[in-house]
Amino acid sequence: MSARYPFNPQDLSLQPPALTADYRSSRLRAPSHKLLSLDQGPGELTGPTFGHDLIDPNDNNLILNYAAPGAAAIGEQIMVHGHLLDENARPVPQALLEFWQANAGGRYRHKKDGYLAPLDPNFGGCGRTLTDEQGYFSLRTVRPGPYPWPNGGNDWRPAHIHFSCFGQGWAQRLITQMYFEGDPHIPLCPIVQTIADPKAIDRLTARLDMAHTVPMAFRAFRFDIVLRGRGSTLFENKLEGN
Amino acid sequence: MSRPQSASQTAGPYVHIGCTPSAAGLENMYGGNDLGADIFPPNTPGRKIVISGQVFDGAGDPVLDAMLEFWQAGATGRYRANGSAGGWARRAVDPETGSYRLETILPAATQDAAAHVKVWVVARGINLGLHTRMYFDDEPGEQDPLLLAMKQSSRRSTLIAKRSGDEGYIFDIHLQGDKETVFLNV
Repeated sequence: MSARYPFNPQDLSLQPPALTADYRSSRLRAPSHKLLSLDQGPGELTGPTFGHDLIDPNDNNLILNYAAPGAAAIGEQIMVHGHLLDENARPVPQALLEFWQANAGGRYRHKKDGYLAPLDPNFGGCGRTLTDEQGYFSLRTVRPGPYPWPNGGNDWRPAHIHFSCFGQGWAQRLITQMYFEGDPHIPLCPIVQTIADPKAIDRLTARLDMAHTVPMAFRAFRFDIVLRGRGSTLFENKLEGN
Repeated sequence: MSRPQSASQTAGPYVHIGCTPSAAGLENMYGGNDLGADIFPPNTPGRKIVISGQVFDGAGDPVLDAMLEFWQAGATGRYRANGSAGGWARRAVDPETGSYRLETILPAATQDAAAHVKVWVVARGINLGLHTRMYFDDEPGEQDPLLLAMKQSSRRSTLIAKRSGDEGYIFDIHLQGDKETVFLNV
């Protein structure tokens, strides 16, 4: 394994704080101590990698990947695509992305979701893919519905897709959510609003992309994800690996 | 050219659908094989150990919807960077008890750290995934930079798994409160 440059320090000002009282679940789950900073070693600079032997090419099609043969999930047909980058605008190739979402009515296929909207027998609600050599990814799905959730008031989640992202090192691990341009619930949602900077919220908001929208088939939305970048000072110790 | 990093959002209570779909009840999704179910291939050299524990919130109640990920070196102290079975695993905690169980091998010390397993915690109510480390109470840790930095702290013990029986170690995670685990900015 060649030597690797450490990742830039995590810019916590761009991230939501642990305790966000308006998001009720954070109150008993937010650590009260400051995070302890630690120098990165080989275990932070490397991370698990995933090969094409593990990921089926159709895993990124949520319309079909849980459907009975010949059937399809119900809902607005969309494609979400984008670029996985780091802060230096370098593409992150061969990275595992996993996504999960509610169905078109706003219901998750999960034991603990009892929302009145029905399950769709042909929709599981999860998918995954590897970014290509240039860091691009795409998925086909149905647009998820908004849904109410218990937070002490009349709270509704904006339509969203959850994304889990592996980069090239453990220090880049990220889970986030993608929203849809123009959703009136974005400014009302206590989970979205855990992020202080409106520009950072905007960066989690996918844009309608007419250039990739296929006539008479499906609309495209563009969503880029940016992971931590590497600095310019070489990690000083010799790394071992295979 | 630079781009600001994407902000984190909570993994939410349904993270298992996306990350451990078979454990979440999605029958036969991905052929029934959740990524990270096995941390190493069978017969990987090393001392077999079983790590178990629970995740607790600030009221001392078990967290029933957490997902944990583990990343560790093997018995030679090297990170293998092979997610199919190369030192990485994930677990949904038990939805009734908040407990988890990981069968693995004892990692060796690396050049920069004593033997440890890296742990990443996400759940509803956690806005940014939490990094910590699990060291072992019967492995040497005197020279480890993190354990040295915590030497005077009563919280040092939150980083150390306790031996329990021949193969077992117990490692609980407390998100908040008197026993709050030390979490890291890596």
